[in-house]
Amino acid sequence: MLASVWLPLSVLGMPFVAFVLLAVVTPLRRSGPRAGLVSIGAMAIALGGALTVWAKGFVGETTWVWIPADGGPIATVGLLVDPLSTAMLVLVTLVSLLVQIYSLAYLREERPASLGRYYTYQSLFAFSMLGLVLAPGFLQMFIFWELVGLCSYLLIGYWYERPAAARAAVKAFWITKLGDVGFVVGIVLLWSATGTFEFTDLFEKAQEHALAIAGLPTIMFLIYLGAVGKSAQFPLHVWLPDAMEGPTPVSALIHAATMVTAGVFMVTRAEPLFALVPEVLTLIGWVGAFTALLAATMACVESDIKRVLAYSTVSQLGYMMAAAGAGAAYAGFLHLLTHGLFKALLFLAAGAVIHAVGTNDIFRMGGLFRAMPQTCVVFVVGTLALAGVPPLAGFFSKEAVLGGVWEAHLTGPFLMLALTVLLTAFYMFRVVFVTFFGRAHAGGHPHEAPWLMRGPLWLLAALTVLVGVRWALAGAGGHEETPAWLAPLSVGLAVVGFALAWALYQRGAIDPARVAAGLAPLDYLARHRYGLDALYTGLYRGVLLGFSRLIGWIDRYLVDGVLNALTALTLRAGDGLRRVQSGRAQDYVYGVAFGMLLLLVVAQLWR
Amino acid sequence: MIGLSAYLVLAALVFSIGLFGVLTRRNAIGILLGIELMLNAVNINLVAFARFNGDLTGLVFTLFTISITVAEVAVGLAIVIAIFRVRRTVEADRLDLLRG
Repeated sequence: MLASVWLPLSVLGMPFVAFVLLAVVTPLRRSGPRAGLVSIGAMAIALGGALTVWAKGFVGETTWVWIPADGGPIATVGLLVDPLSTAMLVLVTLVSLLVQIYSLAYLREERPASLGRYYTYQSLFAFSMLGLVLAPGFLQMFIFWELVGLCSYLLIGYWYERPAAARAAVKAFWITKLGDVGFVVGIVLLWSATGTFEFTDLFEKAQEHALAIAGLPTIMFLIYLGAVGKSAQFPLHVWLPDAMEGPTPVSALIHAATMVTAGVFMVTRAEPLFALVPEVLTLIGWVGAFTALLAATMACVESDIKRVLAYSTVSQLGYMMAAAGAGAAYAGFLHLLTHGLFKALLFLAAGAVIHAVGTNDIFRMGGLFRAMPQTCVVFVVGTLALAGVPPLAGFFSKEAVLGGVWEAHLTGPFLMLALTVLLTAFYMFRVVFVTFFGRAHAGGHPHEAPWLMRGPLWLLAALTVLVGVRWALAGAGGHEETPAWLAPLSVGLAVVGFALAWALYQRGAIDPARVAAGLAPLDYLARHRYGLDALYTGLYRGVLLGFSRLIGWIDRYLVDGVLNALTALTLRAGDGLRRVQSGRAQDYVYGVAFGMLLLLVVAQLWR
Repeated sequence: MIGLSAYLVLAALVFSIGLFGVLTRRNAIGILLGIELMLNAVNINLVAFARFNGDLTGLVFTLFTISITVAEVAVGLAIVIAIFRVRRTVEADRLDLLRG
């Protein structure tokens, strides 16, 4: 029992210690790589702890009173250790560790002080994410939820001298805040109705059918809004592609593997509550599937390798949410874990490519297979996993998601997700063919990345394969209830996508430009991101700035105007009265004499 | 026998002439002279009341007033001379440094 508390606590505490150390001890932070080693060491210990917790299968909940009150504490903090959180613990610590190691080489040319700052943020992020995962109640989850949002902001804006990065950081912060407002309002409403933030209490109430609160659907919808912002669901997904302005390892860790999945994790964690509101679940399913399809189409026309992966992340998050909406939160969570592995792999491999060629544009790469075969191999492994090819990890989780959505009789979302399978294979192999094969482009001598970067890549690739193979041996991940035709269908769709990409970009049998011309309206829409960014910009410029201008006008001309009139009146009155003071003694005597006379006359008349 | 009111009328006339001088003279010396007249009008009043009421307090007051007037004239003339030294004029109209 003791170990089941102290071990998770130490997993949570290690990154925090590293963060405090780096934040407080300035010389250490400014020393750059040494700061990195501190952070990496802490993460390594945390990973060891997380693996132990996972292997021993600790389960338990420990809470401490935070805000005491009469009749039970208002709020508690603590650790909730169960299979869900231990799986996330391992994923977060593992990917964090690998990303931090990778960053040592990737950000080698940074100034030491900047690098120290980077690792300080990284430690803070790891702590926040672990705190979120271990949260036993909505309140603690929300606090860490905001902390990871802060870290995301800080790390997207790591190169804050670049205006695009600073803008992207602010955009990510505000758009996720939009969802978080709903989240916090939902939590507080839920608390005022039930008097508790604790998951276990809430779940017990849910089981006893004691949660028949009026407006529960509204509350759960508001809480879901938090996930919409954080997990980049339509229509708040616009921040994630822009977040690619951050360093690539950050994209791999925060904007692919961990933080963006917090929304899915939250929905999975609160699944017994969402199960009470089928209408919200259906909405989650539809929005998720729509997000998946929408993002996949945008990924097909994007030429920035990181943005393709970002849209792909949005799309896969849509899958997870769709699964949660279909009542198959387990499948969505499974996809979260496997996606965390192979998407981190893809991002880190993309980082290696960008590092080698110095550009993000896939059409200025090409023929990189010869220069960096190892990176190519791991990238293809990641691509196959993402496309859902057996026996890689992605196949089984995607299968489970599709099966879950089908079982829930959500035909519309199912069709959208099936189409997305095709598109996923298409846009990923498009990247593979254009980047690694095809005609080599002149300029520079691309080279294989240093082993500090290759090591994490190979480890992630190996895990992607091993997890899949292990499931394959264990019998399709224990999800035999999926229809038998599902696996052939999804693999078939993936193969069609692959074949299309091959025909368009490798074989050259079909000219991509002609296809684009044939699908001109769709192509136009996808390239312009369905006008959503323009819509938000328009809303911002038109409505918000217009309103601000109106308020500004009122302030400047009405509020200030009254005050200006008052001061002008005072000045003018003073100026007029000034002339009374002639400065000549005789005038004053006149005043005294006539005043006296006046008083005498008045006194006479008064009597 | 000349009555009290005749003295009072005389005093009022002298006071008014003095006040007129104070208000209209441009020269500071003239203003001082006007002030002298006003003070002496007061003296006439005091003496007249003392005489008709049989009370000597008025006479005593008059002696005080005369001696104070002497001091006042001495100070007033000194000020006029000081002003003349600085401004080279004793025209009351032009001594308006305190004009607003």
